[in-house]
Amino acid sequence: MKNTFLARQPSVIVFILVLAVITLLATVFSEAYGSGLLPTNYVKILGKTLCLCLIAIAMDLVWGYCGILSLGHFAFFGLGGYMIGMWLMYARTEDIVIASMSKAALPPTPGEVRDAIGTQIFGVVGGSDVPVIWSFAHSLPIQLALVVIVPGLLALVFGWLAFRSRVTGVYLSILTQAMTLALSLYLFQNDSGLRGNNGLSGLQNIPGLTDIPQSVISIWFMWGSALALGIGYVFAGWIVSGKFGNVVKAIRDDEARIRFLGYSVEAYKLFIFTITAVIAAIAGAIYYPQAGIVNPAEIAPIASIYLAVWVAIGGRGRLYGAVIGAALVSLLSSWFTGGQAPDLPLGFYTIKWVDWWQVLLGLSFVLVTLFAPRGIAGMFDRLVRKDAA
Amino acid sequence: MSALLEVLGVSVTFDGFRAINDLSFSIQPAELRAIIGPNGAGKTTFMDIVTGKTRPDSGRVQFGTPPVDLLRLRESDIAKIGIGRKFQRPTVFEAQTVFDNLSMALKNERSPFAALGYKADRRDIGRIEEIAAEIGLADHLRRLSGELSHGQKQWLEIGMLLAQDPQLLLVDEPAAGMTLGEREHTTDLLVRTAKTRAVIVVEHDMEFVRRLACPVTVLHEGSVLAEGSLSHVTANPDVIEVYLGR
Repeated sequence: MKNTFLARQPSVIVFILVLAVITLLATVFSEAYGSGLLPTNYVKILGKTLCLCLIAIAMDLVWGYCGILSLGHFAFFGLGGYMIGMWLMYARTEDIVIASMSKAALPPTPGEVRDAIGTQIFGVVGGSDVPVIWSFAHSLPIQLALVVIVPGLLALVFGWLAFRSRVTGVYLSILTQAMTLALSLYLFQNDSGLRGNNGLSGLQNIPGLTDIPQSVISIWFMWGSALALGIGYVFAGWIVSGKFGNVVKAIRDDEARIRFLGYSVEAYKLFIFTITAVIAAIAGAIYYPQAGIVNPAEIAPIASIYLAVWVAIGGRGRLYGAVIGAALVSLLSSWFTGGQAPDLPLGFYTIKWVDWWQVLLGLSFVLVTLFAPRGIAGMFDRLVRKDAA
Repeated sequence: MSALLEVLGVSVTFDGFRAINDLSFSIQPAELRAIIGPNGAGKTTFMDIVTGKTRPDSGRVQFGTPPVDLLRLRESDIAKIGIGRKFQRPTVFEAQTVFDNLSMALKNERSPFAALGYKADRRDIGRIEEIAAEIGLADHLRRLSGELSHGQKQWLEIGMLLAQDPQLLLVDEPAAGMTLGEREHTTDLLVRTAKTRAVIVVEHDMEFVRRLACPVTVLHEGSVLAEGSLSHVTANPDVIEVYLGR
């Protein structure tokens, strides 16, 4: 009996191949390693898109497979960005401060260095002390661990409270929206210790690698993103194809029934909610060094709703669907809103895509919901099946 | 010989409506029992109480030896200590194969971590094939259960109950929507199962109950009206009045 995970998830191999080809092509045409046909800016967009595909996989696991419509997963994505951003900003500022102080007659004391860093980073919000939550910001390993621990812990506590009280359906969605809104509002405050609405910036400058041009670093990050996405895809494919995946799908289809089979629905939901929060956080931690800046607006409730829209358009309950949806919609979105899309003159009125893109997106969401409830991947499946028949 | 399930003086009220009224009931470890009664007699609520879905306002529910207080357990824990339930409407996981449905029901460690590391070994596969043969689905293991006929879904659900290896099976209207041949098969299956465990069958269909040839409990307005063999209870004037005489 062929019951192995690859036999159950044939899309994994195809996906890895496509991903490798795209990444290789981008490298071959890049400015740093190739012909230069692909500007660094585009490499960064590609890298960021791969991270968005990764969080879309997380969303597909929690929503498409387990039926929990979380509208808060971008909070974990943003938190991951903040955690790595703290190190990036601190370590780089430390380098700059030490370099500028080295010209002084007396070598600076550690206290002086710390004060100078505090003024540099927090002057913008009227502070000069380094807040307690930055205690480990000098250490890359600790901040990397926090990328997983902080969002993971938040998801664990939030999920435990919500699932234990059997909050389901739209109520849970509202609760997750409230969570991401609360987090975003908190971060907007200047005394949150994370620079208020300024957020963390200059994240594209990697401490210790400042001599290496961005064209090179962008390629490294793109490969990093592709690697993370590939691993995420394989991992997701593995967990949904075994018995765990069967139980998770059963929870989606009939929660009460699987409970009477003796499964603790709450434990499974908590597990999948937390693990996907961690995946989202890792995606964010790779995304924001490429974006260069993370601020509370990134965690706004609408971001998490977009995530659900990507997965719905791509096709939930199919991992490649989530990836297609995220890539397509986020790329189109930056094309339309970036001012590159040509305006559409109608004679009496000119459609400016910057304003009308949202309408188009909303319309396609409605159309997909009505006519292709399984999304783009669902249409895909139908075509493939027709071929097979 | 002590009872496997002991329900003592249980009452439950929904918005002023007394669904179960001072109900007492017990069943032995290897016994087949049919529960009959008109609509609203409290049959489904009784099952909900035993499986932990509904909490009674008063009374006691004990299970097993030494007796465990079921009212303190969650649904999943009650399922784990050996009470399986088949719902009225067949509820199998239609998007999954017959094999996967049975495999989920199979008595195994239920935690997420155990499920992640689970790999069906030869013993489990053997057990699934054995159950599939028992319920007449041996040739359908690879099919999606959504594609099965109504009767086959009912059997699959009974198979899932068997896979759980419970001490007590609660079976709600197993024969609903079945053809005559399917009914006979179902009766055999239940009678055979009751040789080793307790089976409670809730049924509307008197013909089916007759074929089970087992003691009958008649519920009416949330309490036991009569108990005994089918011919005994059908001769009871109270039963005739509330149920059969209509």
